[in-house]
Amino acid sequence: MENLLVAKNVTKNYGDFKALNNITVEVPKGSVFGLLGPNGAGKTTLIRIINQITMPDSGTIYLDGQTLQPNDIMHIGYLPEERGLYKSMKVGEQALYLAQLKGLSKVQAKERLSYWFKRLGIEGWWNKKVQELSKGMAQKIQFVVTVLHQPKLLIFDEPFSGFDPINANLIKDEILRLRDEGATIIFSTHRMESVEEMCDHIALIHESNKVLDGKLIDIKRAYKSNSYEIGLIASNSDNIKSLISEKFEISPTSFKSIHNELQYKIKISEKDSANDLVNYLTSLGQLTHFSEVIPSANDIFIETVKNNNIL
Amino acid sequence: MNHLSLIIKREYLNKIRNKSFIIMTFLSPIIMVAIITLVSYLSQLNNDIVNTIEVLDESGVFTSQFEDSENLKFKIINGVPLKDAKFAAESSNNYGLLYIPKTENIEDYSSVITFYSEDSPSMSVMQAIENTIEEKVNRLKLKEAGIDANKIEELKVTVNTNLETFAGEKTSKLGSGVKLAFGGIAGYLLFMFIIIYGNMIMRSVIEEKTSRIIEVLISSVKPIKLLLGKIFGTSLAGLTQFVVWIIIMIFLSTLASSLFGIDTTATQSQQQELLLQNSDKGSQQLITDVFREINNLPLTNLVIMFLFFFTGGYLLYSSLYAAIGAAVDNETDTQQFMIPILMPLILGIYVGFFTVIENPHGTVSQVFSYIPFTSPVVMLMRIPFGVPLWQQILSLIILFATFIATVWFAAKIYRVGILMYGKKASYREIIKWLKY
Repeated sequence: MENLLVAKNVTKNYGDFKALNNITVEVPKGSVFGLLGPNGAGKTTLIRIINQITMPDSGTIYLDGQTLQPNDIMHIGYLPEERGLYKSMKVGEQALYLAQLKGLSKVQAKERLSYWFKRLGIEGWWNKKVQELSKGMAQKIQFVVTVLHQPKLLIFDEPFSGFDPINANLIKDEILRLRDEGATIIFSTHRMESVEEMCDHIALIHESNKVLDGKLIDIKRAYKSNSYEIGLIASNSDNIKSLISEKFEISPTSFKSIHNELQYKIKISEKDSANDLVNYLTSLGQLTHFSEVIPSANDIFIETVKNNNIL
Repeated sequence: MNHLSLIIKREYLNKIRNKSFIIMTFLSPIIMVAIITLVSYLSQLNNDIVNTIEVLDESGVFTSQFEDSENLKFKIINGVPLKDAKFAAESSNNYGLLYIPKTENIEDYSSVITFYSEDSPSMSVMQAIENTIEEKVNRLKLKEAGIDANKIEELKVTVNTNLETFAGEKTSKLGSGVKLAFGGIAGYLLFMFIIIYGNMIMRSVIEEKTSRIIEVLISSVKPIKLLLGKIFGTSLAGLTQFVVWIIIMIFLSTLASSLFGIDTTATQSQQQELLLQNSDKGSQQLITDVFREINNLPLTNLVIMFLFFFTGGYLLYSSLYAAIGAAVDNETDTQQFMIPILMPLILGIYVGFFTVIENPHGTVSQVFSYIPFTSPVVMLMRIPFGVPLWQQILSLIILFATFIATVWFAAKIYRVGILMYGKKASYREIIKWLKY
């Protein structure tokens, strides 16, 4: 797949502190790319380098195959984690100003702003001062300003912080819609449930190094443990466990169910298939639940970070 | 519209629409005029009071010597013992009691005279009394030596040196005063301007930091543009405020003087009188002289250089203010960085008001008119006294070169500082930032 953005061998030092160590990241066109990592890993530094706020010590950023130029700022929309607005300025005036800084003409900016304000149901705010708005309301304005110039690359750093669930959903849908309209999205967060929902690619940065990247699906496949959760109703429930453990690795688990059944997590070896397990289980009793244990992004995140800490 | 003009426009509009800015713009000149009016009113009030001094002259020599003046009245009380006179003076509202005992020798008068009063008497009153007594004693001594005092008075000659430069310009002692006033006003104006609007720039940088809008901004524009836009926008707002101030002040002082008949220029004319001192010129003559002196000043030079030095000095300092704003999280943390900014400024003013007045072209004055952090103030004060053009230009070159260096330095601090939250900036930290 074609990459919209490539960061190649990027290194950045702050004095003696190494913020990024020779990091290479490739963001495919049209993807929602999750940039993950614990606090202080270097995510924000990388994002700032992409936005040309800071310059890398070495390494190159390519946008659409070309080396990043100062004018490329116009093709990038950035919603930083530390974000805010001028408190004493009126909403509309401020949005116009920020849009014009991004290269829109006043007329264009006005047109698009009224479209977005209507879309998010905030038309009435134009003449309000920012200090009269709640945090969530201000975030909406910031979101609009970020996407207003229709950039091909959108970068969101913790976009959902400060939003209530309803508005978070609204913004999430807007982000996905923008993706469908052709924008590429880089999404930095440590909220794993939103990664699960939205990202198709991820890169995991830990202590200035990239420790994992690729398609989320591929990564999950690589991290699967060949485990299954099963529910079984059997007449001689007492010795079932020992029966199964003769053939497979078994551990207790629990999930929600309407049956009063035995619940186990069973790990099969490489040479066995899921069918073998199903066949065996059905011979023991009535199978009420069977599902593969898929590692969540959260599990992968925690496991990778842990492993890297040990190293 | 390009970025810089957008930023300047926003900064400007934001400043002049600010409520406290508007209030200050209209209130300050009113307060200023009110204070000036009050001071001149009070000093007039002071002038209206007539102090009565009782004189107990046991010698009888000075009785006819004391002449009443506008503010001073002498009441001769003879034939009363000192004790009673003191008692009477104390219980009355009179200013004091002058006691002159009888002496054998004329010389003794230098040490035997006593002035009794409730509080310490004012310098000017004592001066007047002592002058009167000295004159009389001198006359008596001259007479004792057989010299006619009137003859001496007649033979006295007053010398008035005519001052002229080699270029043929006529000047006078008055000229120095006018030059001083011009230089002083220019230097002081710059000083005030830097402090008021430099602070404003600093606050505006801090505001962008605390409101967290800064990262959004610098993902669209280069920090240096933001920095320059801020400096220019705020300066324009400052100029607007200054112009409004001047207009309101002129209007109000005209109004005040016509309404209350108070001469708000009284304090100034007193200073001019000091300059006059020995000359007996009338006020009409004085005014023409002042105008002649103003005409004699290198006015074109002064105005052009005022603009250059003012701009240069202001830009130099305001970029430093912006750097400070970027380095801290809130205004209370700015204190430690303010001292190194204010020191050279205040030094410039001191050098200007003490050394330049004393010797406009001395080594100290010259050196400080080259140092970029003091040169705007010091050079502006020197120029009315005539400074060779090459010196002015050299000083300007140094000033603007330093400005470019400071902006570079400020931009570096700014670029890093605006993204630093929660870290308390120290000088060591800032030096580290320069390497980022």
